[in-house]
Amino acid sequence: MLALATVVPLLASTTARAQERPYFITYTHEMEEPGNLEIEFKGVTGKPPAANRFAGANLEFEYGMTAWWTSEFYLDGQSTANDSTIFTGFKIENRVRPLMREHWINPVLYVEFEDTSADKSLREVVGHDGVPDFATPNSVARADKEREMELKLILSSNFKGWNVSENIISEKDLSNKPWEFGYALAASRPLKLAASAHKCTFCAEKFMGGVEMYGGLGDRYSFGTHLTSQYLGPSMNWAAPGGMTLSASTSFGLNGYSIPRLYRFGVSYEIPQLLGNFRKAGAR
Amino acid sequence: MRVLGRMARLFVLLATASTLLWAGTRWIQKVPARDHERANPMAGNPDAVMAGQLLFADHCAQCHGEHAEGKGKRPSLHSDRVQNEATPGDLHWLLVNGSLGRGMPSWSKLPDQQLWQLISYVKSLKQ
Repeated sequence: MLALATVVPLLASTTARAQERPYFITYTHEMEEPGNLEIEFKGVTGKPPAANRFAGANLEFEYGMTAWWTSEFYLDGQSTANDSTIFTGFKIENRVRPLMREHWINPVLYVEFEDTSADKSLREVVGHDGVPDFATPNSVARADKEREMELKLILSSNFKGWNVSENIISEKDLSNKPWEFGYALAASRPLKLAASAHKCTFCAEKFMGGVEMYGGLGDRYSFGTHLTSQYLGPSMNWAAPGGMTLSASTSFGLNGYSIPRLYRFGVSYEIPQLLGNFRKAGAR
Repeated sequence: MRVLGRMARLFVLLATASTLLWAGTRWIQKVPARDHERANPMAGNPDAVMAGQLLFADHCAQCHGEHAEGKGKRPSLHSDRVQNEATPGDLHWLLVNGSLGRGMPSWSKLPDQQLWQLISYVKSLKQ
């Protein structure tokens, strides 16, 4: 009965179109609408040289606390061929827009805590992350608990339908390890800027194309791109009927320290005014 | 050090006061003159109204109601302020900037063309 009471208000809610950007790594200044919950599944698969093929995934719950504050909770897992499938941990993040108006460049402050081990979801690349990390068997990698704090400065601009975003990443393992750094850059645009006057499923404005580049920048003692992995690739999404958004991307490794190709895919669904739906259900 | 501490307290006081004053001002009074005078390039286009209605259902109806009648604390868009007092330029400014302190998100994620289509629909509610 409890489960039914939880699910019915969600199903009874109307759908909302998320109008997501087709990014897997890069954040923009576009926050979740207040009161909306977005549930998103994001996966990645790749075959590192001299290591087994893997698939990593996140299940994300993103909630708009206010119009300037978004909170997110992640559950992570991974599966490695000829090895095992494991739950790798969780992350909690908060994003805050300090400026209350739209500017040429809009900053967002990002704080994340993660408690993971053997994570292969590759939602950010920092420090000297690279191919050697994927050669460790899951049974060994699981023993290395990573409790990390991550800070990001998100800079993002919207202009004539384009979005251009830059993320500067710093990450600190809470044990005695040095600060690690990374970056992510992205640009995207809908295929058509004006909306159609009639309902349609495959019209151009429902598709968004973009390009994303990301990589590590070493750590406090060895800052730079030496022995870091770097990726670049196109990405695309489609605002499907029923409030779902489907995304896909291929990232190409730009040096020998990177996995040659990463295939990413995502499905998201937005539940509008989550708490309002529960209130309505309670009043019935 | 004491001077620095006083300066920091003064800064916090002034920042809080300016934030409260800013939040207390009606959004329409914050619109710069240049934005206030902007005309809707899609005005009078019936297709823009129809497209705007679909955009409204996707993005706005969840808060403002299916027919823009308002929902709880979220205002009706049939109001005198939206229909008569605000120019299309004012509404465009509000959609781009939002009123973040009062729960209205920024819709700068939508291209300008779609914002004007939305405004065409909202203004058509007057008739």
